[in-house]
Amino acid sequence: MRLLTVCFDTAEVAQAGGFAAALGCEFDAVVVSGHPVADGLAEALRPLTEGYTHIAAVSSMKSKDLMARLAGLLDAAMVTDVVAVTSPSVFQRPMVAGSILATVETLCSPVVATFRPAGFKGSAGAGKTTELVAAAGRATLVSETVRGGSRPDLSQAKVVVSGGRPLGDAETFERVIGGLADKLGGAAGATRAAVDSGIAPNELQVGQTGKIVAPDLYIAAGISGSTQHMAGIKDSKLIVAINKDPDAPIFESADLGLVADLFEAIPELQSKL
Amino acid sequence: MKILVPVKRVVDPYAKVKPLPDGSGLDVAGVKFDVNPFDEIAVEEAVRMKERDPSVSVTVVSIGSGDCEEQLRKALAIGADEALLVETTDEMDSTVVAAELEAVVRQVGPDLVLMGKQATDDDCNQAGQMLAARLGWPQATFACKIETAQGSVRVTRETDNGEETLDVPLPAVVTTDLRLNEPRYIALPGIIKARSKPLSRQPRATTAAPKTRTIRLEPPPSRPPGRRVGSVDELVAALRERGAL
Ligand SMILES: Cc1cc2nc3c(=O)[nH]c(=O)nc-3n(C[C@H](O)[C@H](O)[C@H](O)COP(=O)(O)OP(=O)(O)OC[C@H]3O[C@@H](n4cnc5c(N)ncnc54)[C@H](O)[C@@H]3O)c2cc1C
Repeated sequence: MRLLTVCFDTAEVAQAGGFAAALGCEFDAVVVSGHPVADGLAEALRPLTEGYTHIAAVSSMKSKDLMARLAGLLDAAMVTDVVAVTSPSVFQRPMVAGSILATVETLCSPVVATFRPAGFKGSAGAGKTTELVAAAGRATLVSETVRGGSRPDLSQAKVVVSGGRPLGDAETFERVIGGLADKLGGAAGATRAAVDSGIAPNELQVGQTGKIVAPDLYIAAGISGSTQHMAGIKDSKLIVAINKDPDAPIFESADLGLVADLFEAIPELQSKL
Repeated sequence: MKILVPVKRVVDPYAKVKPLPDGSGLDVAGVKFDVNPFDEIAVEEAVRMKERDPSVSVTVVSIGSGDCEEQLRKALAIGADEALLVETTDEMDSTVVAAELEAVVRQVGPDLVLMGKQATDDDCNQAGQMLAARLGWPQATFACKIETAQGSVRVTRETDNGEETLDVPLPAVVTTDLRLNEPRYIALPGIIKARSKPLSRQPRATTAAPKTRTIRLEPPPSRPPGRRVGSVDELVAALRERGAL
């Protein structure tokens, strides 16, 4: 058994150590740099996967774009969003917006997987590390908008403050949600409703089809608590909900709930920290 | 231009679903089924392309039981021209779906396959990329904007930290994200018209066997019940108590 991990930065190499430990094997890493376009990158990776029983990457939009294509090229079995490893061929993963935990067996080799790092601890380093500069594909990059700024990366942040539809507009979201996030040294997140209505940029969407977060503290303000949103925050250590509706479903999953108008509660909270 | 849109029948994404007590499957008693929301966005986008350019034709395909006719009719009601049902009750994973779709592509001959980025039941996010790999076609996943050009499409896609725009030569596979469009409300005339549009049934074309097997489904671990706090001061105290600040 031998694991190859496809990493997009060195932090992911460290996270791969946790996944290797759960599989019970050593691992090598390919670190991709440059701008990857899936078709070219998958072709370039293909020869490097020879001899490996498992090829894995940290779950992200980038890795999902790439790894499923690689699995198609290799005619491999694939498991998306692994949260636990039972054996080298049995994995657990959430489905139906996190309302079901599935145990999945792979029936052939190689196995391609993406995994959520929150469930895996371990500090083993990579055996061999290969640098791969992303090759050109037939799809070509025309332009790119990269946002980020000074806040920590949402999927890695220790504190996440998220806002929903009632934030109303981008300026208010940034002032209220962004302001508290900055005070706590955390990242800002949003619901699909907030992103769809232009209140927050798309990369801040947390949930089933957005980012999966696992902070020590998650503050949800003006968020109803849909299954799709909750799917992205279940690994948070402490969930705080601020909602003016005492019957909002988010209170069923929150560790601490405050029934209040967020436009009063958040500034007050910020001033008392 | 010919567009093929695969459509999956899934449990209503807004329904609360549970595993069967023995863990062998989903408890779907009394639960409605619908078109996977991402596939509906794909159908909508294809139909809009057709409305802009009448030379575009839209074929929808579903792989599954005879019940999938319901979802194909909905796609026809949105405005697709014709539907194909690959009828099977076999267990399938994304690798089987991709193999079957490859056969359908060879049969129908589309320039563009437009499909959902993931199904809201299995949440796999695999089939489109696997299909593109099998066909050796370029791909653009997570599309939030598609513009057609001569022999190519220009796709803006959502990324982990923003957006990027790709020029993708045709034929290609493009998968849709939530913000590509808002699917139309289907009015009665569309539903009636859909009844008489062509829908053909055929058996599977491949013998591809699944490469994964679901052993067990269970509810996710539940969180211990939380508590309400009465004021911001109480919240701050509770956060301090738990070492969260
Ligand atoms: C295929 C699919 C995928 C999806 N993926 C995602 C996803 O990844 N992430 C996601 O988040 N959603 C996703 N959704 C959408 C999801 O179903 C919900 O529609 C969405 O999460 C609701 O967002 P919200 O909580 O901001 O808005 P709402 O549901 O409208 O809730 C707003 C809440 O704010 C409260 N409120 C209003 N004003 C105030 C105030 N002044 N102070 C305090 N509270 C206030 C209200 O009581 C209410 O509870 C998806 C849906 C589908 C169909």
